[in-house]
Amino acid sequence: MSAVQVATTFETVRTPDPASRPVKIHAAKVKVTYGQKEALHGVSIDIPEKAVTAFIGPSGCGKSTFLRCINRMNDTIAGARVEGTIKLDERDIYDPDLDVVELRARVGMVFQKPNPFPKSIFDNVAYGPRIHGLARSKADLEEIVVTSLQKASLFNEVKDRLNEPGTGLSGGQQQRLCIARAIAVSPEVILMDEPCSALDPIATAKVEELIDELRANFTIVIVTHSMQQAARVSQRTAFFHLGHLIEEGPTDHLFTNPLEQRTQDYITGRFG
Amino acid sequence: MEHTVSAYDDDLKAIARLVTEIGGLAERAVGDSVAALTRLDLALAQRVIAGDKELDRLQHEIEEKAILVIARRQPMANDLREIVGAMRIANDIERVGDLAKNIAKRVVAINGVFPHKQLITGVEHLCEIALQQLKRVLDAYASQDDQAAGSVRQRDDEIDALYTSLFRELLTYMMEDPRNLTFCIHLLFCAKNIERIGDHATNIAESVHYMVTGRSYEEERPKADASIASTIAGS
Ligand SMILES: Nc1ncnc2c1ncn2[C@@H]1O[C@H](COP(=O)(O)OP(=O)(O)OP(=O)(O)O)[C@@H](O)[C@H]1O
Ligand SMILES: [Mg+2]
Repeated sequence: MSAVQVATTFETVRTPDPASRPVKIHAAKVKVTYGQKEALHGVSIDIPEKAVTAFIGPSGCGKSTFLRCINRMNDTIAGARVEGTIKLDERDIYDPDLDVVELRARVGMVFQKPNPFPKSIFDNVAYGPRIHGLARSKADLEEIVVTSLQKASLFNEVKDRLNEPGTGLSGGQQQRLCIARAIAVSPEVILMDEPCSALDPIATAKVEELIDELRANFTIVIVTHSMQQAARVSQRTAFFHLGHLIEEGPTDHLFTNPLEQRTQDYITGRFG
Repeated sequence: MEHTVSAYDDDLKAIARLVTEIGGLAERAVGDSVAALTRLDLALAQRVIAGDKELDRLQHEIEEKAILVIARRQPMANDLREIVGAMRIANDIERVGDLAKNIAKRVVAINGVFPHKQLITGVEHLCEIALQQLKRVLDAYASQDDQAAGSVRQRDDEIDALYTSLFRELLTYMMEDPRNLTFCIHLLFCAKNIERIGDHATNIAESVHYMVTGRSYEEERPKADASIASTIAGS
């Protein structure tokens, strides 16, 4: 916990990791405007590879907005404008030459509400590999589907009904199906926006367990409203407030001894 | 700033109040036990022994309340440190109570044999300093004053040094006349108890430091000159 930088109002307070990890995503001075309204006022952060980074902060602070910058989902929102730099493995993802479809294969996303396609369980997972041409044969595709379902800890529960609709699963199973769908295209980064908010504690525990396993191979960014969840699953935590990144640091540190008063007030339940 | 859920603030305040209460009781028990020793006041010694139950009860109550708050509210950051600190401090205070009770039991065991007044004066002096330490550290807790806690921690050396010289003195008396043995050994244990009360005050200072700053003192606690006597006496 050396070289702690304490700064004034709009400079992010940062605590480096005790042992530094390679940077997967580098964001610098990211601003997002919806029409006239600036929702993010210049966010800079390095997201480490093969680790879980949690974004926390009160509703409307810009967590989802920032998350959507990382796979250019904001491009699909009319009136949204993104400034600043975001690099994935040192490559600028807003480079006009970059293939956005390929980017979204490398940076997958799991949403708050499980949103399986109205197709079979098998086809939900096979969808991505098919459109990205990742399977050379039917057997290949089957293998991808099975391993993805296994990695998502869902296979045993659905192996006898792969042809039934994904929408017939329970909420927790649907969410794990969406995670299987996200990992089926072998992404490098998985973005999760409140993936457990519609799940019961057991399903939540399963998804958290899964996140913990996935971080061996993926870089994960998770938005959550549960402080306990952030503390449980992440290695680094970033606290957003009113469009600013207030503080970021090792999760253990941020939840026991945050440096910024606003962080402390928020995580201890003293806000507004 | 207050918590959004005001019952949370009430819970934390209740715990802090109990810690202050148990601290006050322990201070009194220590003072009374040594007063009972100097005056060989058996009735007072019995009261100290009986009073220890209340300290135990309070410590349990603090622990239970703290566990409930953890289960109910999943405290974070300074709140978490406050609760963990309160539990640790209550533990130390409960131990202080046990040590006072042990002194009181020895008063009962000495039972009127009283050969050397000046020896007791040494123990009394040691106790004065330990009591000051205890009082200051409890004040530091109540006001969440890290600096005050730090100065308590610095001063532990003084108690150790006094204890070491008292130990030597008692040793001399014991060698001079074996009839002093029983009494001197009781006094020695009383002195040792007081020295340990000082150590608990230091522990509490460390807990206060952790509660206030979120850090623990990196360096080892400052230790007095390790003469052979203090090594033997301290073991
Ligand atoms: N599509 C949009 N059009 C216009 N404004 C938007 C849009 N999406 C978000 N905003 C605004 O941008 C700000 C940040 O919103 P965002 O959804 O990123 O917050 P959030 O931190 O994810 O909140 P929550 O925790 O409630 O999901 C808010 O003021 C919001 O109203
Ligand atoms: Mg959101």
